[in-house]
Formats: sequence, C-alpha cells, structure tokens
Amino acid sequence: MKLKTVLLATALTSAAYAAQAAELTVMSWGGAYEASQVEAYNKPFAASKGVTVNMVAADNPATPIAAQVEANNVTIDVADVELSDAVRLCDEGKLEVIDHAALPAGADGTPATEDFVAGALVSECAVANIVWSTVVAYDNTKVSGAASIADFFDTAKIPGKRGLRKGAKANLEMALMADGVPASEVYATLSTPEGVDRAFAKLDTIKADVVWWEAGAQPPQLLADGEVVMSTAYNGRIFNAAVAENKPFTILWDGQIMDFDLFVIPKGAPNKDLAVEYIAYATSAQALADQAKYISYGPSRKSSAPLVGLYQDGKTEMGPHMPTSPEALKNALTNDFEFWADRDVELSEKFNAWLLK
Amino acid sequence: MSDTILRTADGKPLKAALQRASAVARRRAFWLVLPLLAFVVITFVVPIGQMLSRSVTNDAFSANMPQLVAWFEANPEGTEPDEAAFAALAADLTNAAAERTIGSVATRINYDVSGTRSLFTSAGRKAKKLEAPFKESVVAMDPKWGEPIVWAAMRNASAKLTTSFYQAAMDRKLSAKGVFEKAPGDLQVYLKLFGRTLALSAVVTFLCLLLGYPVAHLLASLPMSKSSLLMILVLLPFWTSLLVRTTSWMVLLQEQGILNNTLVGLGIISDENRFALMYNQAGTIIAMTHILLPFMILPLYSVMKTIPVSYTRAARSLGATSWTTFRRIYVPQTVPGIGAGGILVFILAVGYYITPALVGGATGTLISNQIAFHMQDSLNWSLAAALAAMLLGAVLALYWVYDRLVGIDNMKLG
Amino acid sequence: MAGSNTSDAFVVFDRVQKSYDGETLVVKDLNLSMPKGEFLTMLGPSGSGKTTCLMMLAGFETATHGEILLDGRPINNIPPHKRGIGMVFQNYALFPHMTIAENLSFPLEVRGMDKSVREEKIKRALDMVQMGQFGNRRPAQLSGGQQQRVALARALVFEPELVLMDEPLGALDKQLREHMQFEITRLAHDLGITVVYVTHDQTEALTMSDRVAVFNDGVIQQLAPPAELYEAPKNSFVAQFIGENNTLEGVVTEISNDKCVVKLDDGELIDARPVNVTKVGERTRVSIRPERVEMNKARLQPGAHTLKATVCEFIYMGDIFRTRLSVAGNDDFIIKTRNAPDAVRLQPGTEIEIGWLPQDCRALDA
Repeated sequence: MKLKTVLLATALTSAAYAAQAAELTVMSWGGAYEASQVEAYNKPFAASKGVTVNMVAADNPATPIAAQVEANNVTIDVADVELSDAVRLCDEGKLEVIDHAALPAGADGTPATEDFVAGALVSECAVANIVWSTVVAYDNTKVSGAASIADFFDTAKIPGKRGLRKGAKANLEMALMADGVPASEVYATLSTPEGVDRAFAKLDTIKADVVWWEAGAQPPQLLADGEVVMSTAYNGRIFNAAVAENKPFTILWDGQIMDFDLFVIPKGAPNKDLAVEYIAYATSAQALADQAKYISYGPSRKSSAPLVGLYQDGKTEMGPHMPTSPEALKNALTNDFEFWADRDVELSEKFNAWLLK
Repeated sequence: MSDTILRTADGKPLKAALQRASAVARRRAFWLVLPLLAFVVITFVVPIGQMLSRSVTNDAFSANMPQLVAWFEANPEGTEPDEAAFAALAADLTNAAAERTIGSVATRINYDVSGTRSLFTSAGRKAKKLEAPFKESVVAMDPKWGEPIVWAAMRNASAKLTTSFYQAAMDRKLSAKGVFEKAPGDLQVYLKLFGRTLALSAVVTFLCLLLGYPVAHLLASLPMSKSSLLMILVLLPFWTSLLVRTTSWMVLLQEQGILNNTLVGLGIISDENRFALMYNQAGTIIAMTHILLPFMILPLYSVMKTIPVSYTRAARSLGATSWTTFRRIYVPQTVPGIGAGGILVFILAVGYYITPALVGGATGTLISNQIAFHMQDSLNWSLAAALAAMLLGAVLALYWVYDRLVGIDNMKLG
Repeated sequence: MAGSNTSDAFVVFDRVQKSYDGETLVVKDLNLSMPKGEFLTMLGPSGSGKTTCLMMLAGFETATHGEILLDGRPINNIPPHKRGIGMVFQNYALFPHMTIAENLSFPLEVRGMDKSVREEKIKRALDMVQMGQFGNRRPAQLSGGQQQRVALARALVFEPELVLMDEPLGALDKQLREHMQFEITRLAHDLGITVVYVTHDQTEALTMSDRVAVFNDGVIQQLAPPAELYEAPKNSFVAQFIGENNTLEGVVTEISNDKCVVKLDDGELIDARPVNVTKVGERTRVSIRPERVEMNKARLQPGAHTLKATVCEFIYMGDIFRTRLSVAGNDDFIIKTRNAPDAVRLQPGTEIEIGWLPQDCRALDA
C-alpha cells in the first residue's frame, strides 16, 4: 500500500515537472560547430521563449535518432543531420514532416520557399541551416603553387603526404574532377562502371602517400603536426585553425564539394510544437547570418548573405571564407544525395576492398 | 529390508529431507544474486539476443509490401512475374508511399542490389498514377523493374528469415538467378578483414606474452615493497583514458613525431627515410600491445605468485640448467596464466576499434571498424549484426578449441 | 674444530659466514667437516641458520665469506645443477604437471641418459621406496607419505653421493613420520650415501643421525653423536633444546675435578658435575634430566645432597608417570618414573625428598 502511494506521488510530480519545465533537446555534432549553434540559435531562442534548450552531441546524430524512433523511445526534439541521412530517414518515415511554407519570410520579404538556396528544402522533413563543404587545404609554409584540385593528386609537382577521409564519398568526386571531369558531369560519370574505375585509378596514383582520417578534427591536426602537407577537410575546421589559432593553412576552393546540414524532428519527438518553433527561429535569415559570425559555414538563405558580418574577433570579414562566395563557387560540386543514397553500399564496399589491396 | 532408499529417523526419504533443509538457504542465496542476474540479462543477454535476431530478420520489405509478399508465397521460385505480380507491386508501392515506408523498403532492396533505392522512391511518387495493364505501365516507368535481379532481391527480402546479411558478411552477392554467389574481387572486404583481425590479434597476443611474461615474473618474485611499486606502474595505463594513451602513441610515433625526430636528430636515419610507425599495421600493433599488456600481466602474475621457488630449486638440484628449468618446469606451470591472459588479450583485441580507427590507417583497421561503420554511417544494422555475430562465433570457436587443447579448467584468471 | 683438518672429509665448511642485508650475520663463522657416508643432522630453532647452511651447500645461496668444499673441491662458484647433490624439499616439490615416472625421469633426461637406462633406474628407485605401481599417477593423486617417498626416490634416482633434506617429514602425521624416519636411515645406510638433514624436531635428529649439529644464533652450539648430545650437553642451550630438562640456578661453592657443590638461590646445596664452571663463586645453571632424578634414597651415594620437594601434579602417560614438583622455588621441576609394578603414584601435596648422582647433574653456563 505504502509503496503504491510513493510510486503514484513520484509519477505525479514527474508529470507535473515535465509539463511545467518546457525543455527542448537539440542534438548536434559537437565542437566549434555546435558552439556556434548554441550562440546563434539556442541562447536567443531560450531567452525569447523562456524555455530551456539542451544541446547534446553525437558523432552523427542520424544514428541515435534512428535508433530512438525504432525503439519508440524518442528523447531528442531536434537533430542536425546531413542531407543524405535526412532524405533517407524521411523516406523511412522516421521524421516528422515540416511545413516549409510556414517558415518565416526572408529579410527582404521573399517567401521562405524561395529564399532558401536550391536544394536546401529538398526533403519535406528537413530545413537546411548551413552549407558546408569538403575542400582541399594545405600548409602554405610547405606548399606553394597549389592552384587546382589536380595538384592535390600530383605528388610529383607537390611532394608530400596527403590526408584523405577514409570513405568513398567526396574522394571519388574529387578524383574525377582532378582527372579533368567538369563538375557538372561528375555524377553522370560516376554512374558508369568506367567512371568508377577511372576515379579509383586516379586515387591509385596517390594511395601510397595517403594518411587516412576519420574524424573532422584530424585534418587540421595532421597538417599542424606536419604528418601531411595537403589534406581534404571540412572548410569550417580549417577556417577555425587558420583564423582562430593562426595556423598557416590555406583552403584550395577549386573542386570543393558542398553539402547541407539540416534540422529535422524525429517522429514522436516529445516537444514537437516547440521543435517546429525552434527550427523556424533558427533558420530565419538573421539567425543564420548570426551563426556565420562563429564559424565559416554558409547560411542556407539567400537573404542572409548581406547580413553576414565580421568574425567574432571583430576584424575578419566572413564573406570570402564562405563556401558560397563567388570565388569559392568557380569550380564547385554540390553533393548528389540521390546518387549516394543509391550507390553508397556498393561504392563503400568497393572503396574498402580497394583499401585492402 | 527390501527398501533400499535411505530414510531419516522418522521415516521420510533422506533425499527429500536434505532438499527441504537446503531449500531455504538456496532461496535466500537466489534473492542475493537476483539483482546481478537481472542486470546481466538486461544488459547482456537481451542485447546479444536482439543483435542475433536482427542479423537474420529484417522485415522492412516483408512488413510493408504485403500483396507482393503474398504473390511470392503463392508462386514458387522461378515464376516469371505476371500481371498479378505487377499489380500487387503497384498497389504496395502506392501504399508504402502513402505510409512513408517506401524508404525502408528501398533501403532493404538496395542492400542486395546496389542502385535500386531511387528506383523505389521515385516509383513511390508516381505509383498512384499507374493504370492497368500494370506490367507495361510499371516497366514503362523504369525499365529496371523488368530486370530479374530486382525480382530476385524482392523475393529474397519477402521471406521472414533471411541469410542475406550473413551472405554479405561473407562477401557473397545476390545474382540475377536469385542465388548468392561469390562477389567479384573488387567487392571482397569482410573475409579479408576477418582474417586480418584474427592475425593481428594473434600477433598482439604473442607480443603481450613476450613482453608481459618477464614483467609478471619479476612482479611475482620481487619482495612485496618493490613489487607493489612495479604493480602500480603496470596498472598506470588503466588509470589513463584509452584515447589519451592512443594519441600519446601518435605524438610519439608519427613521422614528424618524437621518435623519428630524435633518430633524425641523432643522424641515425635520414630525413627522407623516417620510419612509418603510425597510420598502418605497425601503429595498430604497437598501440594495442601497450593497451592490452596489463590484461596479460595480471593473470600471469596471479599464477606465478603461487609457484613456490622450491620447484625451480628442485629442478636445478636435479641437474637442470636454468634454461631447461625455465622451459620444462616453470613455463608448464604458468600455462593456466598464459591461457587466461592469451584468451583475454585475444578476445579484447578482436573487438578493438577505437585504437585501430585512430592509428590504423588503411592497413591497420579491423573488422570492428567495419561493424562501427555499418552501425554509425551506413546504418545497415542487420549487416553490422551479422558481422558481429560472426565475430562472436569466431571467438566462441576459439574458446572451444582452447578447451579441447588445454582445457578450460586449466585457466586461471586471478 | 677447524674445517680443513681431516683428510677424509667429504663436506667441509671452512669459516663460512652469511649475511643477507650486510648488517647482521645469519651464519657466523661456521666450521664443519663430515666424512663420506655420514648422516648429519642440523638441528635448531627456526632462524638459527641451519637452512641457510643447507642452501649454501646446495648452491641456492652464496657464502658471504669462507669456503665450502665438496670432496676436496671448492664449490662456491659451481652452479647448483653441476654440484650433483640430491635434495628433498619440505613440501616435496614434485613437479605437478608431470607423472611420478616423469618426475623421476627428469634428472636422468637432463643428464642425457638413454630411455632404456632411464626406465631401469626409475623402476629400481620406485621399487626402493615401495612406489613401483604409482609411476603413472600425478603427484596430486598421492597422499603426503607417498609424495614423500617419491621425492626421496627422485633425489636418489641419479645416484648422488650427497643428499640434502630440508625438513622432509614436517608435513606428515606422527606415525607416518616415525616410519619414514626409519626408512630414510635404512636407505641412507644401504646406499652408503652422505646425508645432511635439517630439522627442528629433536626426536628426529636423535633417532636418525650419526652426528647432530645443534644450531643457535648462527653458530653450531655442539656437534656430537646423539647420545653424547643428550647425556653430555656442552651448554645450557643444548641441554634445554635436546630432550626434557630441569634447571636450577645457583652459585658454585666447592669445586674439584669431576664434582662440585652448588648453593641454590634458596640456600640448598646440591651435587653436580662441573662442565662450564671453573671456579668457586661462579654463577651456574645446573641441568638434570627428569628420568635421572632419584626418589629412593637407598640408591644415592652416601653423603649425597638431597632436596625437599612438593608434588604439584601427577600425570599418567601410560608407559611412564610424569610428576611435576616444586623444588627450590622452581614449580616446573619434572620427574619421570617407569610404570613398574611397584611404582608409587604420588598425590599432589605430598612432601618427598629427591636427589641424584653427581655425574647426572651438570653445572653449565648461567
């Protein structure tokens, strides 16, 4: 009898607590990127709404939310995922649908559906917040004369080790671009067996000189340690090392591969309505521009671009460091999520088998 | 006197009386272990059971394409897909698209036939508009729908239990004939990785034994005051985070690291010929050996401590040289420790993945890294489960072999 | 007795000293010489240095100073496996992972003997200790006594001339121990081997040995055949350590060649034989064996001194009676009388008079 009372009381109080303490849990990727989101989105949103916003980190948030939805035990309200994962999880019914039309209009009054850059709203379950890119970066004290993606694959011209992500994605595209395939034809070429062979053949030319990395924090470290002279990397990480930590790193924008990070709501999120509000707030033109103050990932709205100001050090102009700057877009490729959703399994296996050879 | 059953003084059977007498104590003991038992079941048995079941069941297709599954059941293997089949397909696609399960269906088929994901998702979008005759209209939507391999994959995925993931884990691919065949050379990954994992683990185990044996012997034979200090040094790595230890090795051994810099500075090697000790097999072996060494030393130590010095003295007095004494008298008596340490290190090594991921480069990664890849990146949990189950099977097989060769009783963990 | 004197000496310790820590000596200036075929026991309390001596002889400890000679050769620098000395350990040290036959085969194998020769020798050695049918067993399957026999056979199988035994019977029960004492001595004599035997059990030492070296504090207190040791201890330690002993303290008042009179601390006078005392006025501790105390006055010499005693306790022990008396202030004075038909069973509180022959009472160092 007594035990029952205690249990009942506990249940009641915890229910009351949950009802009263409107909390929102956001899952992101950790590091400087997550910090920028806390500053630009979470703090102002929490202040204006009077709610608590918790930030949790994961290696890839798509994994835990997929597991949570499958287990019917969702604790995450909003997650920051990559495009291919957003599309896939949406197709699998693991995400809530977000009404794109209800998103706030752009800074210049353009409706949201037109203010976002092409591809940012491709999934009905997700809203893009940033454009990031995989780029080639190098140590400018050791490398000179690097002008194109082809130079990255040319160890005769620029001797030294190369850092590459241990995976098929981005490497195959860069190999083809270095081999002379124009950005617009990369995925068409890669869809043929000959194109795949051509990409691996190009990778073969530097295989012996490659140091493979897996986590985004590794390339700046490898460059700083002198383990590699050039490396593929996420542009924000290189910006952070170069500007915030004064490392002699330069980004080679030629042949960059752009991708989106998007906000999604896992199916059955405990605070769905608040999550929708959060996403609307975080992907507003001003909030996106504010985030760029902390990290060099491009805002996904066109009307945010003019609002982007100086880096938090107060002197670095952010514009030229964005993957979406005119200079950076000269020879740029946008990641084709459809291609990778189709061919990821096969090409990953091929890549792993190639590594083992 | 015909009654041969032993009875108590008041005539009850002795066995029953004994059982009653000890039942209370047994019940009480059971309540004491119950929390642990529950803990083990919840955190160990259930997850492993789930993993094993996930490796043979994946209902992403069968649960969401009911009409097609029914057609497959009604028509034996080898039946050409007829109008009824295509009608079922069209109906299921429409349904799956409406219920937002088409992605799961597509993902499931894509595991077996690469490049079919978009076939399903785009068909899902258009399926509503399909009209009879379905065979023509579906194939008109995309000629791939007429390909036998797509139908073979769908038939394969419609079964409740599937071996697909084990087949994939053994580098076998579905062919158009609907059977699994050995994958072409440029798609063979897992068996090679299994082989490498077992070989590398064996090397690490051997190195741990080689390095740990003298240390354990020293620990066991030093006086208490000195051996406790040495023991602290042995255990020191346990008190440091695995990541810290691994990254320390990176700092030490990488090409621009302390070791290479010292050697270049001393003029022992030239700047161009720096040793490649990181981001390859050598790095994995060195870092793992260091991390796993205490697991070898502790069981060895606990066995060696119990071997009285009189055995070696007896052997020496009987005329054996110190080498013969070591080989024929000391080592055989430490076999339980070698076995325990060896199995412990080997099993831990087989499952290692953080260290190889950080320092392994292309040649030093192990099967666990592939399991992690399928858990975290490709989200193909069934394949990850199949790989993990095979790894578990390999370890159990090894355990069985050890039991047959040495005997599991002949193992002393502490 | 200086070590380097006897020409037929087989084992010689010549001014041997041993220290583990460089501060205290465990063995102090040890000199010992034993002929071939002798059965010598090192007897002493634990920590007296006897086991250290054995280990130095076996080669497991090195002498800090001095020389150990085996058959005339200095062996300080010879490793243990080349000394050819058989050894039996306290815990038998049978190799647990080998069968009995393999245990015995081991010393023969390391000597490179052929299989047929080995088998022959193993069989002979096992038969010698009546363990012939146990060759295929493992040590753990044998009883303590059986393991003891195997250990003995293993130490003998390679026919060493010298065998060392380190408290080999310590773990056995009394009956088995007595039986093994007999067997070991029989074997030693039959085979004509030289034995150095370490024990802290005086009965073992007395019944088995040709000579016994009594150790205390790193020094041999007395080295003598058992009878001499018991009958004529050279000092109070030996007297106390070997057999049962009554002591009374006092001062020498008269002394001649083979007789002295001692005035005990309570004023009584007794007769004794001077051993370690030389002059009147010296303090002494007199020692008398319980079985040599006489209650029958008629058996004493005329004019012998007698003492008054009060019976404190009477203990019936079967073959003998053991009576505890209060004598000259000592409440622990024991006398033993044979359980003869005419023996008197003394009741506690009874006053009696006791005395002894002067040669049975030895005046030793105080």
